[in-house]
Amino acid sequence: MSFVKALIDGNEGGLKHEGMTPMQKIAMRFVVIGLLYYGLAALEGMIMRLYEIKPLPFIDESHFFSIMTVHPMVGIFGSSYMIVFGAFLFLTPFLMKKPIYSLKLANWSWITIGGGTLIMWLAGFIFSYAPLYTLYWPLPADMQQFSAIGGIVYIVGVVGIMIGTFFYTYNIFKTIVYTPKGWEKQPSAALLRSALGLTAIANFFRRKDTEHLVPLPIAAIARGTIDVGLNAIVIMSAGVLILIYLVGNGLFGMDLQHTWVDALLYKNMFWWGLDLVADGLVLVFVAGTWYLLAMMISGKDLYMQNVARAALFLEMVVSWTVWSHHLMSDQGQSNFLKVLSGEVVTALELITQGIAVFITLTTLYKAKPIKMSNELKFLLGGILGFMLAVPAGIIQADLGMNRVLHNTQWIIGNHVHVAVLVGLTMTLYSAIYVLFPILTNGVKLYSQKLADAHFWLHLVGGIGMGAFMGMAGIDGMLRRTIYYNGEYNTYMILAGICGAMMMLAFVLFLYNVIMSVGLKGLFGIYKSSKIDTNDCIVEQKDN
Amino acid sequence: MSDSVDILSTLKLVYTIYALAAISIIGWYAYRITRDGESKGVVRPVYFWSYAGVLVILGTGLHFLTFNVVPWVPMDLDRANIKAEKTFKIRYEKHKIDLDEKQMQVPCGKYVVFDAYSNDLTYGFGIFRQDNTMVAQMQVVPDNGNDLMWIFHKNGTYNIRSTEYSGPKGSQMIIEDAIVVSGCQEDDIRSMR
Repeated sequence: MSFVKALIDGNEGGLKHEGMTPMQKIAMRFVVIGLLYYGLAALEGMIMRLYEIKPLPFIDESHFFSIMTVHPMVGIFGSSYMIVFGAFLFLTPFLMKKPIYSLKLANWSWITIGGGTLIMWLAGFIFSYAPLYTLYWPLPADMQQFSAIGGIVYIVGVVGIMIGTFFYTYNIFKTIVYTPKGWEKQPSAALLRSALGLTAIANFFRRKDTEHLVPLPIAAIARGTIDVGLNAIVIMSAGVLILIYLVGNGLFGMDLQHTWVDALLYKNMFWWGLDLVADGLVLVFVAGTWYLLAMMISGKDLYMQNVARAALFLEMVVSWTVWSHHLMSDQGQSNFLKVLSGEVVTALELITQGIAVFITLTTLYKAKPIKMSNELKFLLGGILGFMLAVPAGIIQADLGMNRVLHNTQWIIGNHVHVAVLVGLTMTLYSAIYVLFPILTNGVKLYSQKLADAHFWLHLVGGIGMGAFMGMAGIDGMLRRTIYYNGEYNTYMILAGICGAMMMLAFVLFLYNVIMSVGLKGLFGIYKSSKIDTNDCIVEQKDN
Repeated sequence: MSDSVDILSTLKLVYTIYALAAISIIGWYAYRITRDGESKGVVRPVYFWSYAGVLVILGTGLHFLTFNVVPWVPMDLDRANIKAEKTFKIRYEKHKIDLDEKQMQVPCGKYVVFDAYSNDLTYGFGIFRQDNTMVAQMQVVPDNGNDLMWIFHKNGTYNIRSTEYSGPKGSQMIIEDAIVVSGCQEDDIRSMR
């Protein structure tokens, strides 16, 4: 087959989009946009890696920090949220064996999140708006450094992302509890209790267990989605506050004082909300995804299923009470909160995530021998990522260590990037490899060699980049800081090489996917489906 | 008395050993899971609960360990009740750091407090050696109290810089040789002028 033909038509005929259900197309739309945003975030990351070696002459400091501002937003919301939401909007009805509540709402979710991410990114690209994702008060409303219009565009973009997030949240819960047309009345309240974990808690106090009405992965999706919704409320509230100051002071020349908002109280509330992502839904979703993948790959029931459900509930509660580990270097923060929320509650994450690792590995092991498929190897990579990143996080959430690690490259390297790029992203790749044949009605992968190269380059690059950044952090290199005299060049060059490996890995993966589905199929997923159904897949009829 | 270099060197060694062990375990597991031969039934619950117990001990034990090993933890928690030999006032405004004394002269082995105040943005207060390794840092939150109590046990000349992002204008907020410690028997070889 010629290169051009494979590029256009895909591998062995590629993706026949005419045969896809609306739900298959929607899930693919989420994933494709999410992957493109991942590529953008990776490109931004490489620009910053190069800048940390030697500042690039065509990018000034203001623009460097605007890249740093949008980079995590594009990575988390534009990429991870999109891929996860697409997968879960498909899997929730798929696993519950019922149609999705609203196809329209699912479509509006990817449009608003994708569009919101683009608008937010433009605020950085055009207006160099650069308060970072932390938005420490009153920096986002600082008219001395940023233009009001840049800030307003940024907030509008973020609001768009959050609106799409609300659509997703509503659709997920409604799908779990609603009664489809023509169906027998569903026990909505009992379904909701089961999804939230209340049934599991009640079972601890009952002599006879009540049956779980939703499968375990749905329980994980529901509990993580609670954090998704709460986080969106906090971010929206912060956005409204910032918008009032930007419009009032920036456009109407008012004199709204920044002191009307206490910076430490704001920081507490904002981190409470942000941690619902970093220490909440990410860990809950990841554990739930591991369990699902382990069951699908092994074909076995989950080991210690009741403990897994309890751990998912505990993780959700932990995510509501863990925020203070971000304020351990804030001397105005009470010691009580630093020790209880910052140290003790954070330590519970080692336990919940450690339990998830054990349960997943044991479930898989029960089915040995297993072929080392793409989904299995990426799953093991994802587990390894969290085995490295979670202890790093526990170490920095310690009063003694935080005094010398806070805001260093250790935090963003060993902990954040290893967790996100190795732990989360490799888990997502595993899920993509599992879902790929289901969503595409069995399209064959173009090249296994490219898939192998993608795996090794991403794994070694991700761990290596995090390690070298972490070593620089131990030697005193700060994050969010430019070093002009090559103070940490050895580490930064090595981290840059590892970053380039991950960039190459992504290019190979994207090429492999495009060559598998073909451009015709790829563009076809954005056309309306000709199949009129809310079901996830069309059942194959026996001849 | 151990300092940040000792603590962080230990961290680098311990974490590197742990990371190599974790990679090896997953590598070994990946090899084993593809080999012929059935797994020996279900893992006994006692192993699972023992493992969970080890996680509890590790997660909480770290904090007990550092409380007893890292010298600045008890001091930080109890600083409201400790009388300082000297307090240095540091003001942050419009991306500038202002000191009362051009060079802060710190007596060896005595409690001192760095009392930082900002009335515009969030900054950071970090003490760094001449080789750029960090001695300690804290956040400087606007319109709030920010006090860092410290004891130096080695002679040296230290730089201070903002450790928190305060916008592009604040990326190079550094005062070189801002702190001079004298009177100790030992020199900080990483921070001598």
